[in-house]
Amino acid sequence: MSVDSQFVHKVWNDVELSKMIEAGGVPFHMGSDGGGAIGTVYGVYSPAQGVDFRGRFLIDPDGVIQAMEILTPPVGRNVDETLRQVQAFQLVRKTGGKEVTPSGWTPGGKVLNPGPDLVANVWKVWNPKDVYGKK
Amino acid sequence: MSEEKVGCTVPAAEVEGMGAEAAPAEEVKKEAVRMGVTVGMKAPDFTAPAFYKGGFTTVKLSQFAGKWVSLCFYPGDFTFV
Repeated sequence: MSVDSQFVHKVWNDVELSKMIEAGGVPFHMGSDGGGAIGTVYGVYSPAQGVDFRGRFLIDPDGVIQAMEILTPPVGRNVDETLRQVQAFQLVRKTGGKEVTPSGWTPGGKVLNPGPDLVANVWKVWNPKDVYGKK
Repeated sequence: MSEEKVGCTVPAAEVEGMGAEAAPAEEVKKEAVRMGVTVGMKAPDFTAPAFYKGGFTTVKLSQFAGKWVSLCFYPGDFTFV
């Protein structure tokens, strides 16, 4: 979604993006937010610059925003991180919140079960060294 | 979501509950300061013109109800990153 028209989206897809993505280019909708009305309600439109910032919103099956990230134009996002967050939210949703995902969680990783017994005892079952600084 | 006739006019994007006509540019500017969403809020529904798989159509957020959606904004086509 950007302030460009759907026609500019087509040209960008056809002349550039399709060369980076096999099978014809971008597989999802490229929406046009001409005038920035949508970016405005999501809080990512800059009237001064006339563009939408790099905002990313994860919306659950009930239409509720579960995550958001907004970057200034020169820094790109990380799709792997977006997918990791979707997987984490899906797990939490599936377990009804009985399982929650600690910092740095990836699928198959250690989850935590919130409750009175876990208070002040996270250190016994989870350590940041298990997930960080391995590379 | 329907295939739309391609013309030279650019259909305006529409935010649910705010007719395109009802929100002149000036108004939107003034509102911008206190607008915005946060986590836990219902995502504002919208309809926007779109390019999708080789054709022109419209996309409405609520058409994806029941699925996880990643809604991404970016400053413009051909911006580098």
